[in-house]
Amino acid sequence: MEKMKLLAEWKYEPKKIERGYAGRTLYVNIGDRSFKEKPVTEDMKEKFVGGRGFGLKLLWDAVKDTTKWNDPENELVISGGPLCGITQYPGSGKCYTVFISPLTEQTYDSNAGGYFGPLLKFSGWDALEVQGKSDRDVILFIDGDNNKVEVYESPFEDINAVTITEALHEYFADSEEDKRNISVASTGKGAETTNWGCLNMSFYDLRRKTPRLKQAGRGGGGTVFRDKKLAAIVVRKRGVGPASNNPADISVLQRTGLKLHKEIRDLDDQQNKMRKVGTPHLNEIMNEYHLLPVHNYKFGQHPEASKIHSKIFEKLFTQGIPDGCWYGCSMACAKAVDGFELKTGPLKGKKVTVDGPEYETCAGLGSNIGIFDPEWIIEANFYADHYGIDTISLGTGLAFVCECYELGFLNKDITNGLELKFGSKDDLMELIHRMGRGDDKFASIVGLGIHKMKKVFAEKYGAPFEVMEKIGMEGQGIEVSEYVPKESVAQWGGYFLTLKGPQHDEAWLIFMDRVNKQLPTFEDKAEALHYFPNFRLWFSLVGLCKLPWNDIEPADNVVKYKGIEAAKVPEHVQNYVDLFNAVTGKSITKEELIVQSERVYNFQRVFQLRLGKGTRRDHNIPLRAIGPVFPEEWEVRTEYYDNELKAAGIDSKGLTTEEKIRKLQEYRLSQWEQLVDAVYKRRGWNKNGIPTVETLKRLGIDYPDVVEVVRKHSKPEDNWEE
Amino acid sequence: MIRVNGEEMEWRPGLTVKDILEAKRFVFPMIGVWINDKPVPRDKFETTTVNDGDEVQVIHMISGG
Repeated sequence: MEKMKLLAEWKYEPKKIERGYAGRTLYVNIGDRSFKEKPVTEDMKEKFVGGRGFGLKLLWDAVKDTTKWNDPENELVISGGPLCGITQYPGSGKCYTVFISPLTEQTYDSNAGGYFGPLLKFSGWDALEVQGKSDRDVILFIDGDNNKVEVYESPFEDINAVTITEALHEYFADSEEDKRNISVASTGKGAETTNWGCLNMSFYDLRRKTPRLKQAGRGGGGTVFRDKKLAAIVVRKRGVGPASNNPADISVLQRTGLKLHKEIRDLDDQQNKMRKVGTPHLNEIMNEYHLLPVHNYKFGQHPEASKIHSKIFEKLFTQGIPDGCWYGCSMACAKAVDGFELKTGPLKGKKVTVDGPEYETCAGLGSNIGIFDPEWIIEANFYADHYGIDTISLGTGLAFVCECYELGFLNKDITNGLELKFGSKDDLMELIHRMGRGDDKFASIVGLGIHKMKKVFAEKYGAPFEVMEKIGMEGQGIEVSEYVPKESVAQWGGYFLTLKGPQHDEAWLIFMDRVNKQLPTFEDKAEALHYFPNFRLWFSLVGLCKLPWNDIEPADNVVKYKGIEAAKVPEHVQNYVDLFNAVTGKSITKEELIVQSERVYNFQRVFQLRLGKGTRRDHNIPLRAIGPVFPEEWEVRTEYYDNELKAAGIDSKGLTTEEKIRKLQEYRLSQWEQLVDAVYKRRGWNKNGIPTVETLKRLGIDYPDVVEVVRKHSKPEDNWEE
Repeated sequence: MIRVNGEEMEWRPGLTVKDILEAKRFVFPMIGVWINDKPVPRDKFETTTVNDGDEVQVIHMISGG
């Protein structure tokens, strides 16, 4: 590769990490190529902790109430958090991206593994804030070894992830060994041509001699990245070790880490087999429990699901290699398929390493679009990553397109010759390539996302909007992730009463609610929809991965703790309290851990409000998410749904299936409203879903500008009756 | 008759925890079982029998994708 043209350079003073913090953040305006450092105050640490919290705070200060996703002042903020980069405890290399999303037009956050977050911090920065728009494709390089930031003109014609990541690891490393001191954030052409752009964060796999890609997939962060004409962001920092995070008490980290390493070693084979198959262990489980999305969430089970069973993927994944995406992760679930020969597309015939597929990809680019062919799923996974497209939104979006096609709303004239039925493998793959090339109008419409597709299909092709409203699985503008929620009232909230749309990172309560029957009342559901979103949000503040929390558990967890307590995995919660205190030198309790999250949760809710969203109106739910829409969905589980009607006190005698569906929908919509009320009350929000000033005061986030937003949008009639 | 997660289920002499899990197709590996508020260790599912009238709680330890 030729020497790249340097456009701008900025030198900074080195900074030692103190108790998990660099104590400053890096601001880059990629438009005028200016740079500055900003201090991290004690208040910022206290109220926003790090990671997503820092991202939201920096973005709040950077944008106006009217800022849109493609305005220059929108930012892409990347931040790890105080625990990010420790090597003693599994899952400690996460970083969080925060931005205004092209899909939801409000703030979004998405996390990725790989080395980017830790190397950024050890280069001296708690967060990277990129604002502005470049006039040409550029590569931003943070050189943590020589304490400088550089902007290069991108020499790449092909900016797709695998191409650019491989080249930049090569370019910035002095040797093969040195490549692991580098991480590249990139996306691909599909991030320009769709709103589903993901970010790929790399780490170099010395055993495989290739970079691996971990995705901050959701929300369109990659689309923001390309809108700024970023081709890549590279960070390099050599000499990272177990003490780089400079914790207050490293012995606690070692002790706590050893405990979990032992659990994983002793119990993972009997529990989820994360080390052998990663998250696809869920494939067959979801199918057994009617939760695997099939044909755009019409069904939860399929007879061919055995073809995507985790045992199949166990054989396809290379075994015996420790697949951690950061040092010290013995959970090692970053599985990969090696030597996979691509059968289609621009790299046809090339043998590649494919990261994943994860469960979500198996379901989204598999069962949900009627495909049960592991090799096809792997190929689609590869190209989605390579083109920089989120596999979850892509899967759910394609499922919607297939159903529209089968309903006759679309035809080959509209799709430019493609037959997009469920299971149309060749034509669906071709559609993905068209998104990757950006040369097809229909592919561009699909890439707008379901929310906008509905409007275009109605206006341009005369498709019935009201039917698409029922079957389009999106909320707040983003596609639902890959679990069938229709049979769990609590999971309606887990998906649709969320900060940023139906992503499963807030609460996943389907089993607790529907199978275990542990949440019988709306108040019980609301309590779970308070605790779990806040507990899980905490990972995004500190730089940890969620998986080691409950994808492994102490052997006696379910006999030692009862009911919901067991689901919290109390000993692992204590690990997190201990880790936080050992790194920062503070002394929080498990209750204070929840309050740390609650602050950021409510701050983000007010942020959405500030951007014109964030009210009850935006917590919309499609009918497909709460029950059957068409008779075939009912009739595949007649006994189950008849019983549901009976339990609701509805006499279904003599009713047609269509009438039964209508009755159940009416009943469930009334349940939805009751759930919304219960959840808003528990969260300290008014009837319109706005945090009250009292809530802001209780949490200590009653900053004048935050209170002003709340006051501006709150009406007396939205107060709860005494 | 016994109750499993609040729902009635036919009882027969010798019915074990393992039989219940199979009948209900509860296949997730991380499951906790409580009979009348007393926990049953996982390695005793095959040998633990339930009595007529017992209240059985089967907890799937899965709370996140």
